[in-house]
Amino acid sequence: MEIKKEAICGTLESNDLLVKVAPRNGLEVTISSEVMRQFGARIREVVEETLKQMGVSQGQFVIEDKGALDCAIRARVQAAVLRGCDSEELNWRGL
Amino acid sequence: MKKLRRSMLFIPGSNAAMLSTAFVYRPDSIMFDLEDAVALREKDSARLLVFHTLQLTAYHGIETVVRINPLDTPYGLKDLEAAVRGGVEIVRLPKTDCAEDIHKLEREVDRIERECGREHGSTRLMAAIESASGVVNAVAIATASPRMDSIALAGFDYVVDMQTQRGDGTELFYARCAILHAARAAKIDAFDVVFSDVNDDEGFLKEANFAKRLGFNGKSLINPRQIELLHQAYAPTEQELRKAERIVNAAEEAERQGLGVVSLNGKMVDAPVVLNAQRILALAKPAFVQA
Repeated sequence: MEIKKEAICGTLESNDLLVKVAPRNGLEVTISSEVMRQFGARIREVVEETLKQMGVSQGQFVIEDKGALDCAIRARVQAAVLRGCDSEELNWRGL
Repeated sequence: MKKLRRSMLFIPGSNAAMLSTAFVYRPDSIMFDLEDAVALREKDSARLLVFHTLQLTAYHGIETVVRINPLDTPYGLKDLEAAVRGGVEIVRLPKTDCAEDIHKLEREVDRIERECGREHGSTRLMAAIESASGVVNAVAIATASPRMDSIALAGFDYVVDMQTQRGDGTELFYARCAILHAARAAKIDAFDVVFSDVNDDEGFLKEANFAKRLGFNGKSLINPRQIELLHQAYAPTEQELRKAERIVNAAEEAERQGLGVVSLNGKMVDAPVVLNAQRILALAKPAFVQA
């Protein structure tokens, strides 16, 4: 999937995260989190795994995490990607 | 004995914090709402949040329900894909007016189960009745599919359709009775309306006791605070509990002795009385017993 436009998804409320996506050559993932020290590596793993499952290899991704569970991270990243791709077509098997 | 279904707690499908923590309240059922509680621009994200939340192990042991948008909206079918593929136990269809609404839903659920490899028939259906047409067609709706699990009355839309407003319950009396009779005739469960004033415990308990006396399995809830109140309302009294124990003990003793007839204190006890006593004991197990 190709990120065609800037898009945003999520909130800065506790247990949630804000995901911003934008078109860019190459893949750039920036993560900030209140629990970066404990869970930063895990958050990055979930984000990168989610992008890979969706076939996203390029784009800028800025994640502001507020202690979200993996399920929320996956959902917000997926929704942000779909918005950025101007697509509503989901490959459920890949989720 | 069937699982208790007194409390069905609504959780907005777009609220990540509530989705991540609602299991701690331990209602009998949790309903992830993709319909009225979700703004139009958040439907896509909420759908994915619910899909992934359904797979959280923390929700194992709590019955899961997803309220989808109606199938004649741009969101309904997508919601259904997320719910069924996510492994939800029950899909709640809002604004069910006739049996054909259930037939349409059933056809789509059949397809999705087939496509994702889920066991055929494992997704159950709940119809929310929110109109005069729905109430009039309640029996046809309740019996529309072997997947039908329950029907629920949704009071706000119903009273608008009836050109009245919420009051002391008189305005809902016919609908409550009609839906309950349809559910019992179809051997499925029935849920009463939500009580929207979360600060009015007295009013809530009055309505909960009324629903219990009519025969509803439980109520839809919009605030976790109402769970304990509702479970207390549904708990049997100490007197009811002791009597039920005596009846069930007598029935078990009769069975051990191979007797066809159950008797207690010299009086014959009919089978429906034994069944009712078993139901009362089940209600007491996870709940407080009223003083």
